[in-house]
Amino acid sequence: MNITVENLTKQYGSQKAIDSISFDVKPGEILGFLGPNGAGKTTTMKIITCFMAPSDGDVKVGNLSIYDDQEEIKKQIGYLPENNPLYYEMPVLEYLDFVADLQGVEKSKIRNRIVEMVHLTGLNEEKHKKIGELSKGYRQRVGLAQAMIHDPEVLILDEPTTGLDPNQIIEIRKLIRELGREKTVVLSTHILPEVEATCDRILIINKGKIVADGTPDTLRKQAQGEEVLRVQIAEAPNRDELISSLQNLESVGMVDPIADEAGSFILQSKGGKSSRRPVFQLCVQKNWILTEMTPIETKLEDIFRDLTIE
Amino acid sequence: MNKIWTIAAKELRTFFDSLTAYILIIVFLGMSGFFTWLFGSDIFFIGQATLQPFFSVAFWTLFFFTPALTMRMIAEENKTGTIELLLTKAVSDWEVIVGKFLACLLLIVIALALTLPYYISVWSMGPVDHGAVWCGYLGLILMSMAYISIGLFASSISNNQIVAFLLALFIGVFFLIIFQVLAGDFTGTIGEILDYLTINNHFESISRGVVDSRDIIYFLSITFLGLVLAETALSKRNIVD
Repeated sequence: MNITVENLTKQYGSQKAIDSISFDVKPGEILGFLGPNGAGKTTTMKIITCFMAPSDGDVKVGNLSIYDDQEEIKKQIGYLPENNPLYYEMPVLEYLDFVADLQGVEKSKIRNRIVEMVHLTGLNEEKHKKIGELSKGYRQRVGLAQAMIHDPEVLILDEPTTGLDPNQIIEIRKLIRELGREKTVVLSTHILPEVEATCDRILIINKGKIVADGTPDTLRKQAQGEEVLRVQIAEAPNRDELISSLQNLESVGMVDPIADEAGSFILQSKGGKSSRRPVFQLCVQKNWILTEMTPIETKLEDIFRDLTIE
Repeated sequence: MNKIWTIAAKELRTFFDSLTAYILIIVFLGMSGFFTWLFGSDIFFIGQATLQPFFSVAFWTLFFFTPALTMRMIAEENKTGTIELLLTKAVSDWEVIVGKFLACLLLIVIALALTLPYYISVWSMGPVDHGAVWCGYLGLILMSMAYISIGLFASSISNNQIVAFLLALFIGVFFLIIFQVLAGDFTGTIGEILDYLTINNHFESISRGVVDSRDIIYFLSITFLGLVLAETALSKRNIVD
């Protein structure tokens, strides 16, 4: 099921929490929602899940609109809200049963679904305890289990890995990736490596507006512009000759020697050109030994900072 | 209907899991039993085989008992955020409200059912007006329905249980006392309206054994109004919040 968000706006008083944002997500795609606190991630998710009504704009899940088919949409969505609220006084199994019932899972299948979810999220040992007695990580698993219990077409996860330990995080990411093959997944997070590890596409929003949209790779390329290489040449003749021959290569824009390492340079290519081959050929021709040539990638952190801090 | 029942069953289970149900039932039975059998104008004092003393005690106990049941229903969900969890499931706001309403009503019906031994004991002592007894129970249930819906409304506009409890009592006091007092001060149409709004009149006529459609309509319309207001308050998150 596609999610299509059109010119979505939500106004709190005079403040716009989200300001006319549009995007769409396809099945088989995992969309990572990034942004500083208060950027409007959670608000957008609350609107998609029909918890809140937007001030303006529309959201469609499949062919269903949030204005007309709320119940049908809610049936198709599995939602893990921010801070993972749960009924602490209920035992895990009873709670999963309650949710399955509400989501319209057939009575005969409820048992199987619960067993499957308990197994999938590793809750087997804790399944008879009350939710309030569980540690934060286990509660998070209960949150995930209840979101997936009715095998929804769309998963909306607001910070799914908070409170989990590193092993659990890896498991949950793997799980999300698997689910993302067939389903439509939207997740929000502050953790940048998580987005790289799990998402096919990133949407960065800041102050209610979309500031970047694309795969991690395209975002990096956009932010970077020219190719930047770190080059090290051992047993170089003399420094000046080296610099001038590199500088004379057609594709090289700028050569910047690294201060305390002899023979190391940062090479910036001219727009749209790559200097890797010319540098290699130059070294072969002059009989220099090329010991390092590494493309320097802009980190996602830098992109994020660039886009969200003024 | 199915989902309403799912919600009602869950709420009812929570009542019994959290001891609320037991404590409230014990308090209710204790209070009403004490005043029916042992103290004041009890059955032996009246010297008639009638449950009238029980009904007039229950009339007051339920007034306090019901807001205590309803206060946490929505206020707590607002506070802990589970309301978001609940309302993003495939249920409508109305189903949530009605489900919670049913859970409270069922608990009160259970509490009232536990007073049936009073009825049997009185019956064994002398000739009882069975019609009046059943009408009395009907009156108590109708009145509880009105209190529950008022309580749910109070709970839906707050995220503090104590505030919800006091607010429900406050609204209840209007129907119980204030309208009646005011009715004495006004004449003409206003007086009649205020008199009609008073719960006592309607309850008394039912518990005397006179089932009048006006009384039933009165209780049902308060119930309906309360539930609609509660639903409105719940869906208001869409507008402000």
